[in-house]
Amino acid sequence: MNPEIALPILIPLLGAAVSVAFWRHMALQRHLAVLATGALLAIGLVLLWEVWHGGILVMDMGVWPAPFGIALVADLLAAIMVVLAGFTGFAVTLYSLVSLDREHENFGYYPLLQLLLAGVCGAFLTGDIFNLFVWFEVMLIASFALLVLGGRRTQMEGGLKYVTLNLIASAIFLTAVGLLYGMVGTLNMADLAVKLAQVEAQGLVTVLSLLFMIAFGIKAAAFPLFFWLPASYHTPPVAISAVFAGLLTKVGVYALYRVFTLIFTHDVGYTHTLLLWGAGLTMLTGVLGAAAQFEFRRILSFHIISQIGYMLMGLALFTPLALLGGIFYIVHHIVVKTNLFLVSGVARRLQGSYELRDLGGLYRSAPGLSVLFLIPALSLAGMPPLSGFFGKFILVRAGLEAGAYAIVFVALLVGLLTLYSMLKIWAEVFWKAAPEPTSPSPAPLQGPERLLLYAPISAMAAVTVAIGLGAAWVYDVAEAAAAQLLDPALYVEAVLGRERLQ
Amino acid sequence: MGSMILRTAAGFLLPLLLLFSLFLMLRGHDEPGGGFIAGLVAAGGFAFYTFAFDTRHTRRLLRVDTRSLLGVGLVMAVLSGVPAAFFGQPFFASQWFRFTLPPFGEVTVSTPLLFDIGVYLVVVGVITTIVLTLADPEH
Repeated sequence: MNPEIALPILIPLLGAAVSVAFWRHMALQRHLAVLATGALLAIGLVLLWEVWHGGILVMDMGVWPAPFGIALVADLLAAIMVVLAGFTGFAVTLYSLVSLDREHENFGYYPLLQLLLAGVCGAFLTGDIFNLFVWFEVMLIASFALLVLGGRRTQMEGGLKYVTLNLIASAIFLTAVGLLYGMVGTLNMADLAVKLAQVEAQGLVTVLSLLFMIAFGIKAAAFPLFFWLPASYHTPPVAISAVFAGLLTKVGVYALYRVFTLIFTHDVGYTHTLLLWGAGLTMLTGVLGAAAQFEFRRILSFHIISQIGYMLMGLALFTPLALLGGIFYIVHHIVVKTNLFLVSGVARRLQGSYELRDLGGLYRSAPGLSVLFLIPALSLAGMPPLSGFFGKFILVRAGLEAGAYAIVFVALLVGLLTLYSMLKIWAEVFWKAAPEPTSPSPAPLQGPERLLLYAPISAMAAVTVAIGLGAAWVYDVAEAAAAQLLDPALYVEAVLGRERLQ
Repeated sequence: MGSMILRTAAGFLLPLLLLFSLFLMLRGHDEPGGGFIAGLVAAGGFAFYTFAFDTRHTRRLLRVDTRSLLGVGLVMAVLSGVPAAFFGQPFFASQWFRFTLPPFGEVTVSTPLLFDIGVYLVVVGVITTIVLTLADPEH
């Protein structure tokens, strides 16, 4: 009995429920949010420790045995993702304590955020493909409410695109799950892996796998169905954008990793080649889109898309080293991207705008913030010795070993263009002289506000540096996670027992 | 909507509907029924009461904020999965407790019942929140 498998879902769920019960007690909701996300981070670390030492953990909910009931399965990849969700959630919660206005808080920001985290962790931990759909919906509902909270016009516009495309993805996902059930009569992922291999019409399995690829591809904001992301991510308050940027698309990527290593590995030559094309085009379109933008958060949003391409590249090459690189990249990306959004929020707080032309001179007026921007920005572009360098290095190396020179070329080119984008922000926001203020400048930061805005950013920057300097350690964990992914027998054995493997 | 007939009927029907919803919920343990459908019946009662009188009356009758009802229900539903962990079983494994309660004799209480009550409260909370918000003249 390992309660830590289910706790990453139960803690935020309970936090959200208690917050709703005390709807009017804002102080209690704030404390509870900090407590719950902190506990989620701690439990995530315990889970990672347990899985690292004891192998894949499984819990059959309500003692309904797999494959009939819903099993929660924590392998290394899932545990890593839970830790990252906890870290992001905790940092963003601290940040929102001082960056959100009363109006958002009163409309249930804290319960919604925790519901979102519960959905994210549920998607990471479930071992049942229909249950995965349910967690995706929990996440979608919470994220949609967070996105339009406040109800400004641009938010509604972005929210509409967001929800429409995500509902289409959900419909495709649900259709695919239904067809899958019709074909093999099970929804447990381990059982699916066993039974799909015995299906005679392998061509139909390929068709099904493509449906899943499209559904998760939309959720992950991969080419060509990514345009909901840049349309919506820059509209809500920055704490919400930050948690979206860090976590949401990565759940789609995680689902692709799970499904295309465990269930659909029958025709790697076809499905994963398609993924590789998707990866390359996603990288290119994302980074080119960013080059044309002049709003802090829109630039960052387009870069999320291009970074998704790198993660897909790791999956698509489908070698141990490539998967390792992909997982390393996810770890690096979540921390760095959330942090860049949080930095953009501080810049906005200091100078009242997200538009690059209205910002300036922060290198002089806020040198600390400049350093805290440079660390994630250079890491995103792949400068050694920061985390992004190692992520890209491993992926490029894996690409060269696999002989996929075209994708390696694209990856390097996109790295260069990313550096261009980050330098554009640097030159405009930090380096150039401050423009004449048109409106009275906001009050200077001080006291607890300063502390709570800077503490999460500093912690995330420290983690970025630590991943870079301690890359060997992260490499080991990612290597073990990749090894687990490439050996589905381990997963099947953990869930269904040894005898089903035959 | 100041119809005398409607108001009188609402005064009689609401308690009946609430009683019926309790019956449905408890019956749902082994037979058709359950927290969800019972919650809908109860919420239907409150909606009917709102039509006959107005939202102010319904709120006063409910005494608690409908959103708190929803929250308390959620808390109960989530907590109903936890006791199993203390007996070394996976979360949400049903737990049964038997004890003697003087007037009824031996009584069995289980965690699924707690879950059902939670669902009941969530449904009542959600539906009444929606109905009252839509019916409020200020919005």
